[in-house]
Amino acid sequence: MLKEFTKGIFKENPIFIIVLGLCPALGVSSKLINAIGMGAGVIFVLLGSNIFVSLLKNFIPDKVRIPAYVVIIASFVTLVEMVMEAYLPSLFESLGVFVPLIVVNCLILGRAEAFANKNTIKASIFDALGMGIGFTLSLMLIALFREVLGAGTVTIMAIGNFDGVIKIPGIYNAPARVFGLSAGALLVMGYLKAFFNWYSSRKRVS
Amino acid sequence: MSYLAILITFIFINNFILTQFLGLCPFIGVSKNTESAIGMGFAVIFVMGISSIVTWLLYNYILVPFHIEYLQTITFILVIASLVQFVEMVVQKISPQLYKALGIFLPLITTNCAVLGIALINITNNYNALESFVAGIAAGIGFLLAILLMSNIREKLDLIKVPKPIQGIPIAFISGGLMALAFMAFDKALLTNLLG
Repeated sequence: MLKEFTKGIFKENPIFIIVLGLCPALGVSSKLINAIGMGAGVIFVLLGSNIFVSLLKNFIPDKVRIPAYVVIIASFVTLVEMVMEAYLPSLFESLGVFVPLIVVNCLILGRAEAFANKNTIKASIFDALGMGIGFTLSLMLIALFREVLGAGTVTIMAIGNFDGVIKIPGIYNAPARVFGLSAGALLVMGYLKAFFNWYSSRKRVS
Repeated sequence: MSYLAILITFIFINNFILTQFLGLCPFIGVSKNTESAIGMGFAVIFVMGISSIVTWLLYNYILVPFHIEYLQTITFILVIASLVQFVEMVVQKISPQLYKALGIFLPLITTNCAVLGIALINITNNYNALESFVAGIAAGIGFLLAILLMSNIREKLDLIKVPKPIQGIPIAFISGGLMALAFMAFDKALLTNLLG
């Protein structure tokens, strides 16, 4: 069980190793809090869809399984949309079109097709949690690079008087704005993927 | 917004791939050679044009009158999935040549976030039916432009020596980033300069 959980975080990391679900990874990673919000949404949808697909795997006819999975996923996404709009309106606003687009995140359909419809509920839950957390951590890593370099800040939850923005002295006054823009996102993703390639090839040799 | 403005906005200023990050998976996955990039690009234009108008009609004539706008995500993805399947069957029947060129790319389009993205953006921007259609076509052309440029770059990259860890996906992202940097030249000022 533990193996199902950890494989999503390191060995089969959805973003850096299997390269799935890229659009939200780059689209919402200009601020750390957006990455965390997106990650939470994806974990919830992934968990729901993996549980339901695994429960219904003997009842869904093989020929219509993909549309059935899509309906399951879309229902959970609609739930996330409604809850987020009601309780976290500012986050909902800044994630924008990427919240409904969780539906077409290939990671979720991919896990339903490749894992949940062949495995038990328990294994599917661990798989969903591992993959979801791996996705969230990767998103946070990209967001951290982009926000620190591009704005000189780190934005986390606002609590009480603290507005949630940590300013980093030195960079805050003269940030490299390009990292906050689309070009910077693609560059950061490219170099991080290169780093992971280098790291895993080095580990294989030793 | 005039139709020309919508066209320029979605092709250059808000290019779906390079500034909005919609449709990155096919952009990285299907850009290894020019021929398949062109096939994918035209298939996307085709589907985006049809699906923007169909989802617009559905939203304004079914979801709004019955006050079930919250079902838009489910409805749109189902409509797009079945539409893609339907288009595939029609194209296969009517024009086998076109099917041969676009066929293998059509099933991949269902999970292309650009198609669902434009449907949702049309609703958010309050476009009318024709504006939605133009926006869909324009976003598709923007996609074709980006994937075509990318495939040309990647064909050139095949011929030069790239350090091992950067080969493949990383260099594709880095070239995409540099391309996005160039596309930053197209901003709102372009629109005011061109159209007054």
